[in-house]
Amino acid sequence: MVFFYVLLGAAILFIFWVVSKYNSLITLRNQVTNGWKQIDVQLKRRHDLIPNLVNTVRGQMEFEQETLTRVVEARNAAVSAKGIADSAAKEDVLSSALSKLFALVENYPTLRSNENVKQLQEELTSTENKISFARQFYNDIATKFNIAQQVFPANIIASMFSFKPSELFEIQVAAEREVPAVNLSLKK
Amino acid sequence: MVQTRNIYEQQAHNKRLTFFVMLAFVAFLGLIGLGFDSLYLGTVNRSLFLPLGTFTAVAFGFGSAIWSLRGGSRAVLNSSGAVPADPANPAHQQLLNVVEEMAIASGLPRPSVYVIPDEDPNAFATGSRPETSAIAVTQGLLDTLTREELQGVIAHEMSHIRNYDVRLMTVVAALLGAILLLADGARRSLWYGGGSRRKRSSAGGGAGAILLVVWILGVILAPVIGQIMAMAVSRKREYLADASGAELTRNPLGLAGALKKLESASTPTASIKRGAAHLCIVDPLGRNVNSKEGFTAELFGTHPPIEKRILALQAMAYQYRGATTAA
Repeated sequence: MVFFYVLLGAAILFIFWVVSKYNSLITLRNQVTNGWKQIDVQLKRRHDLIPNLVNTVRGQMEFEQETLTRVVEARNAAVSAKGIADSAAKEDVLSSALSKLFALVENYPTLRSNENVKQLQEELTSTENKISFARQFYNDIATKFNIAQQVFPANIIASMFSFKPSELFEIQVAAEREVPAVNLSLKK
Repeated sequence: MVQTRNIYEQQAHNKRLTFFVMLAFVAFLGLIGLGFDSLYLGTVNRSLFLPLGTFTAVAFGFGSAIWSLRGGSRAVLNSSGAVPADPANPAHQQLLNVVEEMAIASGLPRPSVYVIPDEDPNAFATGSRPETSAIAVTQGLLDTLTREELQGVIAHEMSHIRNYDVRLMTVVAALLGAILLLADGARRSLWYGGGSRRKRSSAGGGAGAILLVVWILGVILAPVIGQIMAMAVSRKREYLADASGAELTRNPLGLAGALKKLESASTPTASIKRGAAHLCIVDPLGRNVNSKEGFTAELFGTHPPIEKRILALQAMAYQYRGATTAA
């Protein structure tokens, strides 16, 4: 009889443990989804800002049409990206195209002092920062989620309810991130 | 120097400390009320001893403790003359952007943003919960700092919010204000009306005399005690907020650069009152006690020396760089 009660108590404790683990995994998964949506909001904002910027600077930057087209192309590619890895790669191309454009704007004093351009530049810089901070936060929370799924014995529950680990953003240290070489030597 | 608590322990620690500060405040007021009772009422009519003063004081204590938690941030903002940031102004818009960036990085809701029309660069955060907190910076800060440096300062304030430092510091600020107000009133009543009564009560008995002494000491020491409390509370927190702010931006040099500029502009920030000094990123009163180390600095300084903070941040930057090149 006593043995039966002990067994019953143990079973109840076990069920409680499973429920609480399951709930904490669900909470984490929602936080991860939310973190991902945060990134999406900022990416969308950047996509909306770019045509504005390109139109504002186009008139003054006739000689840089190639850079401008590259920005627009990168933007369109990023808009149609699917999945985390693909989107990350295309957004990185867009980031590097944009940073090249900003570096070139520095060569045009009229553009540099234009209030409109300055404001757009601030908005894009901020959006750029928000994207990377949102990714940073996403990575932190997704790592937490992944660890929670993989440690023993919670991994049994995770596989029982088929939780899947979240993808992380890789830090891109690619050569395409570099700013174009601007010739600063004095003209002859 | 830097505590080895994790963020949840730090939050719990701050909540607990806030509770104790409020409790100590109520007890302190009760003591003053008791002194009042034995001085004025107790000697008048011993058979009908109603500790009215104690009751009033404790009720007032509870009232202001709750008020400090609920409306403390409003009081602090009002006393500094802060106005909400205006999105039409490009500098303010940039500030709003930077605050939002840091809110995203820390995963917290965006705090409301205020600007103080003051030339001297300084900043503080206030509020009792992350959802209702506010960040205020002076116009001088916006004028002198670059975007990167501003980001460092806002990240520092954001970590104060995340760690619940702001709850503790806002409550201390509000209660400190209440103590200063009370002490001023009590001192005036002692000066003008207390003289003759003091003699009468000391003739009344030893216990009354002791309580009287305690009471007078309390009234005189109240502002000093409050001040020491405010300082003890904020020194270690500054190092911690510097470190976790750098963790948010991944750029310790931004804050280091900002601190350098803030140090060189060390004129007092006129719009920030004494009671709110411990909330700010650098000491707004321009006291040089904060640039020193040692016992008195430990006791009376609200902030650690700026050079030490800059050095700590530069060391962090060096470690970061080492980590990224090794990878």
